[in-house]
Amino acid sequence: MNEMMIFADLYTARADVFLAIAALALLVVGVFVKGRGLYTICVMAAMVLVATLVMVLQQDNPREAVSVFNNMMVYDRYGVFMKVLILLGGIAALFIGVRDLRSHVIGRFEYAVLILLSILGLSIMVSANDMLTLYVGLELSSLALYILAAFNRNSLISSEAGLKYFILGALSSGMLLFGISLIYGFTGTTSFPLIADIIAMEQGAEISMPLIIGFVFVLVGIAFKISAVPFHMWTPDVYQGSPACVTAFFAMAPKVAAVALLGRLLFSVFGEIESDWVQIIYVLSLASMVVGAFAGLAQKNIYRLMAYSSIGNIGFALLGFIAGGLTGVTATLMFMAIYFMMTAGIFALIITVRDKNDIAAVKLSDFAGLSQKSKSVSYSLAFLLLSMIGIPPLAGFFGKLFVFKAVIGAGYYVLAIVGLVTSVVAAYYYLKLIKIMFFDQPSSDNFKIQSTYIARWVSIPTMVFVIGYILFPDRLYYEATQAALSLN
Amino acid sequence: MIFENFPILTLMTFLPMLGVLLVMIMRGEDQERLRSNAVNVGGFVSLSVLVLAFIMLFQFDGANPEFQFVEKVIWFQGLNLSYHMGVDGISVFFVVLAALLTPICILLCKKSVTNRVREYVIALLILETLMIGTFCALDGILFYVFFEGVLIPMFILIGVWGGPKRVYAAFKFFLFTLLGSVLMLAAFMYLFIENGTTDIPTLMDNIPSQTAQFWLFLAFFASFAVKMPMWPVHTWLPDAHVEAPTGGSVILAGVLLKMGGYGFLRFSIPMFPDAVYLFTPVIFWLSVIAIIYTSLVALVQSDMKKMIAYSSVAHMGYVTLGIFTLNVQGVEGAIFQMISHGLISAALFICVGVIYDRMHTREIARYGGIVKNMPKYATLFMLFMLGSVGLPGTSGFVGEILALMGAFQVDTLIGTLAASGLVLGAAYMLWLYRQVVFGPVENKDAAAMNDVNLYEKVALVPLAVLVIWLGVQPNFILDRIGPTVEELLNTYYMTISLPTDELTRLGRI
Repeated sequence: MNEMMIFADLYTARADVFLAIAALALLVVGVFVKGRGLYTICVMAAMVLVATLVMVLQQDNPREAVSVFNNMMVYDRYGVFMKVLILLGGIAALFIGVRDLRSHVIGRFEYAVLILLSILGLSIMVSANDMLTLYVGLELSSLALYILAAFNRNSLISSEAGLKYFILGALSSGMLLFGISLIYGFTGTTSFPLIADIIAMEQGAEISMPLIIGFVFVLVGIAFKISAVPFHMWTPDVYQGSPACVTAFFAMAPKVAAVALLGRLLFSVFGEIESDWVQIIYVLSLASMVVGAFAGLAQKNIYRLMAYSSIGNIGFALLGFIAGGLTGVTATLMFMAIYFMMTAGIFALIITVRDKNDIAAVKLSDFAGLSQKSKSVSYSLAFLLLSMIGIPPLAGFFGKLFVFKAVIGAGYYVLAIVGLVTSVVAAYYYLKLIKIMFFDQPSSDNFKIQSTYIARWVSIPTMVFVIGYILFPDRLYYEATQAALSLN
Repeated sequence: MIFENFPILTLMTFLPMLGVLLVMIMRGEDQERLRSNAVNVGGFVSLSVLVLAFIMLFQFDGANPEFQFVEKVIWFQGLNLSYHMGVDGISVFFVVLAALLTPICILLCKKSVTNRVREYVIALLILETLMIGTFCALDGILFYVFFEGVLIPMFILIGVWGGPKRVYAAFKFFLFTLLGSVLMLAAFMYLFIENGTTDIPTLMDNIPSQTAQFWLFLAFFASFAVKMPMWPVHTWLPDAHVEAPTGGSVILAGVLLKMGGYGFLRFSIPMFPDAVYLFTPVIFWLSVIAIIYTSLVALVQSDMKKMIAYSSVAHMGYVTLGIFTLNVQGVEGAIFQMISHGLISAALFICVGVIYDRMHTREIARYGGIVKNMPKYATLFMLFMLGSVGLPGTSGFVGEILALMGAFQVDTLIGTLAASGLVLGAAYMLWLYRQVVFGPVENKDAAAMNDVNLYEKVALVPLAVLVIWLGVQPNFILDRIGPTVEELLNTYYMTISLPTDELTRLGRI
């Protein structure tokens, strides 16, 4: 490979390169900023993410897949779609973090740097075109996330969350690596296109069993990351223990990236053996929907509730992959995009409810009578929750419409009916929160809505999206279709 | 038609949203004035919608069974969904009913709602948009958006302004309806995939296979049966009615219950004819049980609203009975009964609301002898009570007698059993009236209540006039729904795959 090609490749990957350099630069800058530097570095990090976003969007031209660094990474429209979501998730997490960590002793600038590094890892993961790139991206983001989970080091529960996440994360990475080594052992390569070619060639003959076993291990590793049942155990504890802003980030960017990675593996690499993996995804999806709905009913902590909500929603997102094909992948992409917007809005709003010591509310009962304290926050939150249930005309309805239409189109009627019924069960806990906000009397004056200024930067755009999506549904759908097309 | 290209349905549907916007942006220090302005704006907007509804009704060509005032714009190209609106004989009167009841509810809140008046008006206006949209939508997904969207404002209406057990009632209402609706959504998606569109006229032309019809019918049935509500999934209705504020009860009984019947006529009969034929006996028996059982339940109620709620379930039994007789009298009777019940039950709930506002109790036993100091109220209440009983000369008579005529043509036993419901209906309504209005004065407060005030008069008198006028002049409605119903049934008997001798027996060859 000559020098010119390296520069051309670096240029194609300029968004990721810029993000890497900027993250390291901010780490240096942060040290020299007076005080804790949280606000300054968060603003600068947000600007870095916006700049990256612009670069990612430019990358869209020419609109075809470009593979770089000897096929280690690929830049296509699928990656662009997912990266836009991830970057927006990062920006939202920074906004939420500035507010949430402001009064914390642990409100330090490293938060912003770790978010940037994690996003870099996620971005590499989405663009991975090789098992090793995949692993590097995954680990880069995971290491940053382990630290973030335990960011509130003075809190026992946060340290526990970090440790739990680290141990289970390491376990899942181990399984992933084991799977990769099996695949390498039986195909002789780690490159996605080459593995896909080998599987296509073997088609007709028996696919070697260890290859499939290897792939199953890879799937398990990823199932941990998207917290699909039965690999979801860590989620409620980590959501509960981590600082609120970190939980918000967990619910958005890593989920989107892991789903993106899963989609690429399932359809670009192992698309030929769909009949082998579809049953695994079927079980993951079914179990996630059921557990997400029923286990959520018993929760009294808002973050645990959101954890089960995210588990259930991952079940819905997987429906699109089960259906497969262009409509199926498009459906999952749409679902993730819409789910992402709703989650960002919900977290931005729930962190504004705080007690006298500026600690965010954690119990559902802390939200009692919220509608009497702030109409704008309570109504926005109510609309976002109704959208989560999937009540039209809100955007969440369309997310469910896409995935269920895809899965019914593929003939999985039982799965669709179970999914729809669990979404009614899950409706109960979203409604419970609305009920607490609107129909209950506030138990004490401890909890107040405080300083919604920064939260508004996140909640208003998401609200506009959730309510206004029905008017212009086509644009996003077109992008998702193009992204899905570039995958197949 | 002078309104050839004028989007009157869109205007009617979305004009209330303009009202919502106006009420939302109102700012000011004087809370009292803010409240009354909100009610005035809401009233004005909804009255404008009512005027438009009457213009539409008089421009409506009753002899034409096709969809009229049709608007069709591409809405979601990626999924091939269109914004397709239009009304025919089946839906036109429901649109007018929704447009009529909303201003009445807004007017009533002037006296009876004291807290969060602005939000109350906003909720009612959003409801109006969704209700009119439901009856106008000619695309399945668009229909679903409106149909299901109703849950949000109604949940808030019951939950915020409701009675002591409002949380339970609101949850029950929401979850029952949602469970039914998601199954309908699944059915819609199946139809979507089969036909590549959810355009309702297109779906009517492409009847699914018989096996598919069976399941699709059940899925739609789940949604509409809960909405109607039919026995045994009616249990949410008494709770919702008892806890809802007067305005919520009026809209619920007056319009929302009709969405179920409308759905059967719009979707089930034209799209799944074979399944409809198969399930007809089941639905007859469910209707008869609803009529007799809920009438008996109504007899023992001590709460006025609960009694009227159970009577609503019984009256909806006549509607399902009429629809599934699948003859012209039965179906026309069902539609007429729905419109008439929309007026009468709305008025009855207002009547209960009138005395509830004065005494803050709905216990029948707490009232008595109020005829002495509330003669006007007693007269109006009597009129609606008799309408509910089905006295000739009121609109209630026409619907029930037509539905029963249809039923007797199909099955004498069913007809006889259903007719016995009329007697039970008379029994509980007359008992209610006697206990509340006549009899000895049980309670000094009850004897000291003032007669109906101006707002209540303005709300009740038009309904009274309509109830009598439609009782005397039912052809005003029947002429306009007749051609559509005949067309509906002709298509039904043409598309159904039955042996010839069976069709001959039904008199269709």
